[in-house]
Amino acid sequence: MRAAVIVFPGSNCDRDMAVALKAAGADVTMVWHKDADLPDVDLVAVPGGFSFGDYLRCGAIAAQSPICKGVVAHVERGGYALGVCNGFQVLTETGLLPGALMRNAGLKFICKTVGLNVVTSESAFTEGYSAGDTVDFPVAHHDGNYTIDAEGLARLHGEDRVAFTYGDNPNGSIDDIAGILSENRRVLGMMPHPERAVDNGHGGTDGQALFRGLLGQLTNA
Amino acid sequence: MKARVHVMLKDGVLDPQGAAVQHALGSLGFEGVENVRQGKVIELDLADGTSEDTIAQMCEKLLANMVIESYRVEVL
Repeated sequence: MRAAVIVFPGSNCDRDMAVALKAAGADVTMVWHKDADLPDVDLVAVPGGFSFGDYLRCGAIAAQSPICKGVVAHVERGGYALGVCNGFQVLTETGLLPGALMRNAGLKFICKTVGLNVVTSESAFTEGYSAGDTVDFPVAHHDGNYTIDAEGLARLHGEDRVAFTYGDNPNGSIDDIAGILSENRRVLGMMPHPERAVDNGHGGTDGQALFRGLLGQLTNA
Repeated sequence: MKARVHVMLKDGVLDPQGAAVQHALGSLGFEGVENVRQGKVIELDLADGTSEDTIAQMCEKLLANMVIESYRVEVL
């Protein structure tokens, strides 16, 4: 499987993401945000960290960068994309995922490991888990309070597109939502960091199943 | 020409920053502050003749996130 990791000025989980993908067996290319052309890949990963100072709103300026046009085109062609933390914010700002991420309800930056429930195993990202599994992933964000209108929320639930929920909601997200899938289930956006839970040195390896599952699905595709 | 864009969270969207400001005003002894909403003001210096439609597009494509925010344009 070929994967590209987008690097914005301020990205700080780009190398973690690359390490996690490589450990699972992917061939990884780092792509700078000013590059207008995305290499021919199966998966685009939009990493965590910050982008362009997150002026205006988190991810808003990044969503207008040349590479994001490439990411949108990749997804529209049926390509896979994974957005973690700031990457999730960027994917909502591009419109590839519905809803928005607001300031945490408690107004504080939260940096800790949280328990998540796997809500669906029906996606390339979550097929390595079973629905109902609990996993521990770190979160590190100030704006992770997911919100969506009532109609959009009903669609997410009705179409089994909530991928992960928080066990103990840290940020006020509606219905404890931590991660969601696109309509075609090929785009996953989530605030917690699976790439920071893939090595014993991280304190946990619950994220490995996500990357291995993805590799398994996309390599056979 | 100048335009001033006011961006606010939509009614019904919880505004934790506004709630914190309201709480702080109460702590200072100001009574009767029933609600506080916090938003943004963005001032634009524009070429003369920029249409309202163009300004609306700027708001909807970038300045406001229409999922959670509404905007109001004041042409000065």
